[in-house]
Amino acid sequence: MTQQDDRPAPEALLAEAKKEGRGKLKVFLGAYPGVGKTFAMLQAAQERRREGIDVVVGIVETHGRAETEALLHDLDILPRKHMPYRGLAFGEMDLEAILSRQPRLVLVDELAHTNIEGGRHEKRWQDVEEILAAGIDVYTTLNVQHIESLNDVIARISGVRVRETLPDKALELADEFELIDLPPDDLLQRLRDGKVYVTEQVGRAMRHFFSKANLTALRELAMRVAAERVDAQMVDYMRAHAVPGPWPAQDRLLVCVNESPVAKNLVRAARRIAERQRIPWIAVNVQTTRHAGLDDVAKDRIAEALRLAESLGGEVVTLHAESDVVAELLSFARQFNATRLLVGRPRRRRWTGLFREAVTQRLIDNAAPFEITIVSPLEPEPTRERIGGGDVRVSFDWRAYLLATGMVAVATAAAYIVWHLLPLPNISLVFVVAVLLAATLCGLGPSIYASFLSFLLYNFLFTEPIYTFTVFRQEELFTIIFFLFVAIVVGNLAARLTRQVETMRSAARRTANLFDFSRRIAAAASLDDVLWAAVHHVASTLPCRSLVLLPDEKGPLHIAAGYPPEDQLSLKDRGAAEWAWENGRPAGWKSDTLPSADWLFLPLTTRRGAVGLLGVSFEDRQRPMMAEQHRLLDALVDQVAVAVERTNLATAIEDARVLTETEQLRAALLSSVSHDLRTPLVSIIGSATSLASYSDALTNEDRQQLILTILEEGERLNRFVQNLLDMTRLGYGALQPNKEWCDPREIAGRALKRLGKSIGSRRIVFDVPENLPALHVDPVLIEQVLVNILDNAVKYTDAVGEIGIAASRRGDLLVIHVTDDGQGIPEEEREAVFDVFYRVRARDRQRAGTGLGLSICRGIIEAHGGRIAAKAPAGGRGTLIEITLPVANPPALIAGDDERLAEPNAAVGRRDG
Amino acid sequence: MSGERILVIDDEPQVRRFLQIALRAHGYEVIEALNGESAIEKCATENPALVILDLGLPDLDGQQVIARLREWSQVPIIVLSVRADETEKVRALDHGANDYVTKPFGIGELLARIRATLRAHQMDRPGNSEVTVGDLVIDIAVHRVRLRGETVKLTRREFDILRLLALNAGRIVTHRQMLHDIWGPAHESETHYLRIYVGQLRQKLGDDPANPRYIENEPGVGYRLMTQDGDA
Repeated sequence: MTQQDDRPAPEALLAEAKKEGRGKLKVFLGAYPGVGKTFAMLQAAQERRREGIDVVVGIVETHGRAETEALLHDLDILPRKHMPYRGLAFGEMDLEAILSRQPRLVLVDELAHTNIEGGRHEKRWQDVEEILAAGIDVYTTLNVQHIESLNDVIARISGVRVRETLPDKALELADEFELIDLPPDDLLQRLRDGKVYVTEQVGRAMRHFFSKANLTALRELAMRVAAERVDAQMVDYMRAHAVPGPWPAQDRLLVCVNESPVAKNLVRAARRIAERQRIPWIAVNVQTTRHAGLDDVAKDRIAEALRLAESLGGEVVTLHAESDVVAELLSFARQFNATRLLVGRPRRRRWTGLFREAVTQRLIDNAAPFEITIVSPLEPEPTRERIGGGDVRVSFDWRAYLLATGMVAVATAAAYIVWHLLPLPNISLVFVVAVLLAATLCGLGPSIYASFLSFLLYNFLFTEPIYTFTVFRQEELFTIIFFLFVAIVVGNLAARLTRQVETMRSAARRTANLFDFSRRIAAAASLDDVLWAAVHHVASTLPCRSLVLLPDEKGPLHIAAGYPPEDQLSLKDRGAAEWAWENGRPAGWKSDTLPSADWLFLPLTTRRGAVGLLGVSFEDRQRPMMAEQHRLLDALVDQVAVAVERTNLATAIEDARVLTETEQLRAALLSSVSHDLRTPLVSIIGSATSLASYSDALTNEDRQQLILTILEEGERLNRFVQNLLDMTRLGYGALQPNKEWCDPREIAGRALKRLGKSIGSRRIVFDVPENLPALHVDPVLIEQVLVNILDNAVKYTDAVGEIGIAASRRGDLLVIHVTDDGQGIPEEEREAVFDVFYRVRARDRQRAGTGLGLSICRGIIEAHGGRIAAKAPAGGRGTLIEITLPVANPPALIAGDDERLAEPNAAVGRRDG
Repeated sequence: MSGERILVIDDEPQVRRFLQIALRAHGYEVIEALNGESAIEKCATENPALVILDLGLPDLDGQQVIARLREWSQVPIIVLSVRADETEKVRALDHGANDYVTKPFGIGELLARIRATLRAHQMDRPGNSEVTVGDLVIDIAVHRVRLRGETVKLTRREFDILRLLALNAGRIVTHRQMLHDIWGPAHESETHYLRIYVGQLRQKLGDDPANPRYIENEPGVGYRLMTQDGDA
């Protein structure tokens, strides 16, 4: 016992913690129908009810038995949800009603039940899982023959294969087991008394099923399951509470899965063994070049077996091997500390197998330190039947055979001609060419076919006696036999080579594709780019329709991108998406939840949780996804999730940066604003109090001065408030220029007028000609710009200084110059004066109301597509602010208006004359 | 023209007080309303000759007050509005306000608007068809324009514009209204027509756009024919 063993095992604690806050599941387990599970469950429920616990019946089948029905009395029974299926209405348990009703305990009969298509989950146990997650306790019933891993065993014992199975991992949900036992003799008696419900359809099979031997075996199995569970729970408890004890080393069981029809039985066996020994297990499929050549049925078989393994709680791994499957398998096993290997008994090989040693045999030869178990399942389980009937995908391509026939025909013609012109002894080589071509272009089957066809034709046409299949000469006999042999071997080799090349090509394509995707995603800067790249890539690779759903600020999911673009989901699909989002598990098409939806939704999960959903929808929804598509999809989901998170993080960082800057700006503005607002107020309040208190003592002239001060300072305050307002609008990006056609001279004139008395005795040089082109701008905003600049000019010039405002056309631009002969701006600060923070650094040293105005000017001018800058003044003294605005062509006038324009006013003309 | 009753609608007591003092000093009788509902009531009961309305009221939107007054009354309305809110001004004028003054304003400007509005309102009745702005005389009835005693030759469009402004002398005429009346409802958004024809008109009247004496532009809103007691 090491130090480590004294501490509770973390995974055990985790499992315990996971169970806290969840409802408790109690399973009433029976060995066979009729033992009275439902009855026992109802009895227990009645007891709970008497204790004052809120008990609700989710679904209970009484099969019309009076004593059972009596127990239902005064229990709250939720109405069933009626689901139409193939024209019939089926009463199903109403999961939503249970969840919204929120009782303490709910009774759910028949845990292994399969729901009618269209429900939220495929199986009832998944409903139960959700009920438990909602913190509601559940009582349920289960017959032992429904347990997935016992499926094979029970089928062998009883001869009846149960279709409705319950994955073993569902059993782990159970917190408590109660074995409802009834000795076989008693059951048989009850059966004879007609107390056991048996429908007519299954009558005969069931009667065989209810033999004493069967019942005894089943009873034993049920007891064993219950005992194992109790045992497992005790071990869990001991581990979680750090009870010291000999724990098994973390060994692993590896089960090798191939396309064999018994692959699923093998997986079940692995689960049973691993469960018994309480070790993790891994299902491994090794893909070689051979894999690409398999037909779809075989590929589906592998996919199904792997999926079964996943649903039974095993880990699933697909390996790739160049050629040596055994070496790859063993290296993987060593890497993962798996000392037990489980393989199926080799099948009877086809004749090609003569050249190869069976994998199993080589495993046994090479895997000295490993423990190898060979399982020979009794009967191949029929592959899941496909809806839509008929196996249409038999890989018989008659066109390939036709092509091969054509080639042989051409070869025959060529050989015939050559033979007649110059009789060669080994004309058979011409046929070898045809076989080679057929192998390369059409594959193995057609090449063998071509070999035999050539063999027959050669024999018929070119060996003595001609036009018969008999051969006289011994050397010719050898020739044709060797020909057949050479043709088959060469054809086989060529076909395999072609197939390998194809496999490699498709693998290379896939790799290139993934690489291309990661590069595109890495290059995409914005979230939209990432999403677009993702949906486009997923859609074109799988191929399918694809979607990305993201939550928005308010919570609900919305379609963020789709290829081909999609903006609506059906109610069912939306339900699946929401479920997948809330539970962080796949939902929709071919998944465990809402499998009847058209779309399959996969959560985009990163370490920080789900960031969104990826949805895929295939044209052919009858067919399950290939393992390869599954793997590719998983890889893509991971990459998309990481990429989405990357952009999310980038946005978060940017937001934080902007926030900091905004905070700084706000603080700066606040200090600036209080200073700028207070300065004019000082003069106003001072002047007004003087007038109010000492009006009589003042001369008329002084009074007039004070009143003028109030007026001027009030106007200054007003300008400043206007600036603040514009600043806010600029800051929020709400400043939309309200453009109209206007005259630059008029705008300049109005700006000067607004400055009014503050100009004082300064000289104004106004040079804005009348013939300038019209500007398409917001006149109010441009006027504000000029007012701000002129206001600055007034402040920085002497009382007798000179201020100039000039405008001229320069190509496609209108250039406005505002000049003054004041102190000017130092060269190194000419750019900084337009910065909001410039004002901040200067603080109180500057005069009030300056600086802020210029940054507003820049915002407004840039919103008009123009530029504003402080330049070196012509005479080297003072300030020069240059504004450039684009000149556009005004729209044409209405035709005909010009004509009337030229015509003089008739009334006026007559009067004059 | 003193003695006319003016209804001042504003929720700021300071504004009401200074308007009360200034308007009384100019011989008007002032009544007050603090909100939209009481303003509408006072309009009905006190029969004011003119209404001064602040667009920002505590209960009703100023625009609503205009619309509701216009349902039954033709009383002239002058709106008080803030700068940089040209669309609000245009909306108020479209709803039936007669003119506006931008806050903050000098009392001279407001008095000029009041006088112009009252005068134009009285001119709606038949009578004098001659409008005089300094040395410019516009005789609307006989289609004659004289500048310093000399006849000015105008095209039909130029005269139409001048006539429309003269009929509303001293009051703002919105771009939309001008375009609608002169070019028709299809051309209500073609403000560049106005720029060109008003430009030509100004040239013929010798009016400098940088410092107009006759035709004033209120950017984003409309044009106004200035009266002599303008922005004194």
